[in-house]
Amino acid sequence: MQSKFSHYAARVIGLGRKGCDVVEALGRATVFLAQSAVGVPSREGWSLWLRQMHFVGVLSLAIVLVSGLFIGMVLALQGYTILVDFGAEQALGQMVALSLLRELAPVVAALLFAGRAGSALTAEIGLMKATEQLTSMEMIGVDPLRRVVAPRLWAGFVALPILTVGFSVVGIWGGYLVGVEWLGVFEGSYWSNMQASVSFIDDIGNGMIKSVVFALVVTWIAVFQGYDLVPTSEGISRATTRTVVYSSLAVLGLDFVLTAVMFGGL
Amino acid sequence: MKRSKTMEFGVGLFMLAGIVGLVFLGLRVSGLTLSAPSDTFRLEANFANIGGLKPRARVTMAGVTVGRVEAIELDTEWYDARVTLSLNSELEGQLSQDTTAAILTAGLLGEQYIGLSVGGAPEMLQEGDVIRDTQSALVLEELIQQFVSNMVSN
Amino acid sequence: MFDNISKTLFFKLPALSRFILTRFGIEMKVNQHMTDVPFIQVEDIHFSRGDNDIFRGVSMIIPRGKVTAIMGPSGTGKTTLLKLIGGQLTPDRGRILIDGQDVHRLSRKALFALRKRMGMLFQSGALFSDLDVFENVAFPLRVHTDLPDTMIRDLVLLKLQAVGLRGARHLTPAELSGGMARRVALARAVALDPELILYDEPFVGQDPISMGVLVQLIKRLNQALSLTSVVVSHDIKETLSIADYLYLIADGQVVAHGSPSTLEVNQDPRVSQFMHGEPDGPVPFHYPAETLYRDILGHDLAIKAG
Ligand SMILES: Nc1ncnc2c1ncn2[C@@H]1O[C@H](COP(=O)(O)OP(=O)(O)OP(=O)(O)O)[C@@H](O)[C@H]1O
Ligand SMILES: [Mg+2]
Repeated sequence: MQSKFSHYAARVIGLGRKGCDVVEALGRATVFLAQSAVGVPSREGWSLWLRQMHFVGVLSLAIVLVSGLFIGMVLALQGYTILVDFGAEQALGQMVALSLLRELAPVVAALLFAGRAGSALTAEIGLMKATEQLTSMEMIGVDPLRRVVAPRLWAGFVALPILTVGFSVVGIWGGYLVGVEWLGVFEGSYWSNMQASVSFIDDIGNGMIKSVVFALVVTWIAVFQGYDLVPTSEGISRATTRTVVYSSLAVLGLDFVLTAVMFGGL
Repeated sequence: MKRSKTMEFGVGLFMLAGIVGLVFLGLRVSGLTLSAPSDTFRLEANFANIGGLKPRARVTMAGVTVGRVEAIELDTEWYDARVTLSLNSELEGQLSQDTTAAILTAGLLGEQYIGLSVGGAPEMLQEGDVIRDTQSALVLEELIQQFVSNMVSN
Repeated sequence: MFDNISKTLFFKLPALSRFILTRFGIEMKVNQHMTDVPFIQVEDIHFSRGDNDIFRGVSMIIPRGKVTAIMGPSGTGKTTLLKLIGGQLTPDRGRILIDGQDVHRLSRKALFALRKRMGMLFQSGALFSDLDVFENVAFPLRVHTDLPDTMIRDLVLLKLQAVGLRGARHLTPAELSGGMARRVALARAVALDPELILYDEPFVGQDPISMGVLVQLIKRLNQALSLTSVVVSHDIKETLSIADYLYLIADGQVVAHGSPSTLEVNQDPRVSQFMHGEPDGPVPFHYPAETLYRDILGHDLAIKAG
């Protein structure tokens, strides 16, 4: 009896410890974000940012654009087979554009970004930590939060919204290729129905807000996981996995919340 | 730290592509026009029932889009719908006072829009005037109800 | 002839680079204090990692302008001590004063300002892997000074010359051997001509020639710039030849301290065991564990018994 009770007590204690760990990690992450995101932009900082833009932005462009193209094409194909039953295939453009702008472009681009750039950020910062590069930078009197983390954070913030725009544009073009060029939807109605139903503020604007929020969350998770990991090769591989898992879940969960607020009439 | 020119160029192109993409989305996809808002004028029209008409729906004349629905609200004096239309300013002073406005449907299940047709009166509609002669939306359920009750009474 | 020039250059090197730095208005605090005022005071430090008590009351005084060596068996916490001095770790109890400032009570900003005055050579080298050798050495100069590029180039080449790697300036850290990486790290640590340099095992992985050069270099740096050096090393002969003062730590405590000559004749068995490298003695070679007999045979015995 006694031992059973103490067994459950130990479980509760374990749960409590885990809860404390989570809260503590969240606190550390918040302080970390605050310390690294605020910094005086300098010439040096600018060139570091540029370098990171190249890594997280330009080098992610190919995978994002190719995915966008295919998703747009699939959307058009699927949408056409449904709409044609109602004789409403003219609405194809509007369907492709709205699905992309409101949901698919921000979410899928963020997921791809987490896999392509986020994991690389974690691994890179983690390796710098494991090889004591961050500590030696501190000993030289340079704050690694400013020097290493901040440029990566800001590059991520800026790059993902741009990638999202690219995703939407290419996706709409892919829908055009399949819908108009292949399936024979009238070109005029593809564009004019789209223009009639897409609102710049409500659809494009809200999509961009989503994408900015996702950019913040994904980059934040990625650099924090890199900075906070256990500096061993196993620690790095675990943190890289965590980056992808946490940021995917965060993106999908936040997407629901944002959609409910933006389009759900709440 | 050395900055390589090709990297700078790449990032510059990347950001430029983002801006161009956003402009494309604005102009081509959402149909924003760069023309100033003074290029339109407003008319109002009251409808007994607007059906599924939505703000930003098209306003056409002879099938040509000439404007958009700007706002829809309930007129608490008559308890019908007051629809504000914004039309190309070229048409200001060109539409006769007995112009009619009808809510039409594109196809059987398509979106609803407003069709205008001009009359022959000598006086013309000006900014802020009200179109008197309107024809409400065709509501499918009402039609079916009428049809069924006709069948029964026959 | 050429050999001669490079030799003079080498011996004048620290003075030369300080001359250049001061010419360009870089503030160099030449300490006019008397050398007997301690630069670092370690006062009764307690530090533990988990259940592992690494320090139980360590006190040290590191004099200004001298080479102080810290020696001790592997795993006693010499690296940990340097990290405590550098402010990367915080002691559980006790305090560390550098030039009168309590390292662990400084604001982040003041701590970074203090660190500009120190250089640290890491046991692993810790070169920045995204920069080549030249840029690694140039890094402290670029971030802390506004020197023109040509001047930075000259300074960096002088530092690299001092460690014999001027020709390797275009290599990346991945292309260096362990010993070369450590020498580049040394050049980086002294790039700003700091007032205090912490060397964590500078001689590991060096051939006899570069070892001799490094010993000379540390000595020269110390004499020419009257900077304070703390050397952690296992190489007794080399360390004794440059150290002015020696601390021997083991078991989380300072076992002995004194000048090299006094320590060499110290009768304490722990000291003489370490100083003469004898395997058997009171200082354990092994990390604390059960006896080998129990560890290896105990398992079999348990199986047999079961
Ligand atoms: N990150 C860490 N986490 C937990 N324990 C650690 C960590 N780093 C070091 N230790 C422990 O601290 C003790 C001292 O380590 P330290 O690296 O300071 O030894 P050292 O004296 O420098 O040894 P060596 O001469 O081999 O370099 C060791 O027992 C080690 O197990
Ligand atoms: Mg060590």
